[in-house]
Amino acid sequence: MFEHNDPNRIQLNSNGQLRHFLTTEGLSRELLTEILDTADSFVDMGAKQIKKVPLLRGRTVVNLFFEASTRTLSTFELAAKRLSADVLNLNISTSSTSKGETLKDTLMTLEAMHSDMFVVRHADSGAAHFIASQVTPHVAVINAGDGRHAHPTQAMLDMLTIRRHKGSFEPLTFAIVGDILHSRVARSQIHALRTLGASEIRVIAPKTLLPRHIEAMGVKVFTDMRQGLKDVDVIMMLRLQKERMTSALLPSESEFYKLYGMTTEKLAYARPDAVVMHPGPINRGVEIESAIADGPRSLILDQVTNGIAVRMAVMSMAMSGQMVEKQLQQSAPAAN
Amino acid sequence: MTSDNLSVDALLDNMGLQLKSLLEQRQISNPLIVGIRTGGVWLAERLQQQLALQEPIGILDISFYRDDFTKKGLNPSVQPSQLQGDTEGRHIILVDDVIMSGRTVRAALNELFDFGRPASVILVTLLDLQRRELPVQADVVGATLVLGPNQIVKLSGPQPLELTIRQRT
Repeated sequence: MFEHNDPNRIQLNSNGQLRHFLTTEGLSRELLTEILDTADSFVDMGAKQIKKVPLLRGRTVVNLFFEASTRTLSTFELAAKRLSADVLNLNISTSSTSKGETLKDTLMTLEAMHSDMFVVRHADSGAAHFIASQVTPHVAVINAGDGRHAHPTQAMLDMLTIRRHKGSFEPLTFAIVGDILHSRVARSQIHALRTLGASEIRVIAPKTLLPRHIEAMGVKVFTDMRQGLKDVDVIMMLRLQKERMTSALLPSESEFYKLYGMTTEKLAYARPDAVVMHPGPINRGVEIESAIADGPRSLILDQVTNGIAVRMAVMSMAMSGQMVEKQLQQSAPAAN
Repeated sequence: MTSDNLSVDALLDNMGLQLKSLLEQRQISNPLIVGIRTGGVWLAERLQQQLALQEPIGILDISFYRDDFTKKGLNPSVQPSQLQGDTEGRHIILVDDVIMSGRTVRAALNELFDFGRPASVILVTLLDLQRRELPVQADVVGATLVLGPNQIVKLSGPQPLELTIRQRT
């Protein structure tokens, strides 16, 4: 495990702008709103014949995936390409580190290729923070998911999807359902929702999949799904990793579906205009019924579209923050 | 020119006449007016009324196309550009409040071409500050203005549209 204390000391520049994006925790409401506003502009870029902007033209973005993820890798790659960057995808789990190279050596090698940004996915919590603390100044690091810790771009694409459908966060009640214990997505969602002013955040899960002291994050805990869904506006389902089934945390997939799967019958407890979200890939018949996943109240495909826009926003904002920091350092008087 | 005779309404009246004449000369009957945010949008709305064009104006936010991203970073208040309908093969009237270096117009042209290849682009600007860094010239200009080294001009609006010259702080 890597240390990941005081994230904002490293992820913000001296003007308070983003220069890495490691976690939603501790970021101000203004900054999260700026990410959403910038992403909104990128969503609307779809109206153009040429869906690219020149912001990162000539920059090199390296997708450093120590943990496999086709969907996240694809959306980061597409986001970087739509910003006109050159993109290198590295599946580290099957290359250098398996040959004995240390993480630091890998980073130094990639920096020697004049990389400008690392998008990092790692199975260990705090890995992205560690890499951000090790890289050369002015190289931006974006966390694409680290252990159980954070998945900030997923949380922000969820926030963008909610804002585009519901307009604001303040009057809404949210339910996050499923494997809260292992979910970096849930943690990042809770931090973002609290900062953006959500009225009430509920987590719904079996006791075996709830972290201890989760209430300290400012959420209400429910183990009964029907009670937890009563009058909620937004339901955020989590992906259930099948390996959890074999580690005695859950009796069976069918038992989980019966108690915590999103079905038409359970959805009726939520508000009539409630929407359902899922970070994907979905396990149909385990976390969610197909009629809901493909139905009019599902925002799952909107989340995918908005994911590219959010990743474009944080990549351009982090690069911008790095450049502003560089200017500030160059204009500062040299210390004697 | 001094700040005493910077009446935007008078300048716009004159620009409308110049533009109408240019459109007739080039035999353009159905142009699309596009304003560069923010001042250019206010002026484009007024010119659209003067020319009695029915189609809504287009709006360009050129923040993602600026050539000083590496120096100044991203504009934190960027908003989406809005060009309804097809720009491919259209005659475009591009409107900005001020032309100085020519870099904003260059960025706007780059963005405009990402929506499609227009048949032509007419550039209209309220003020020409004559400090060009790129070979970009406006077709219709309200007035030319020579500012002192520490002076800036600002258009406020949309109602009323007013120009003010002040010292840079």
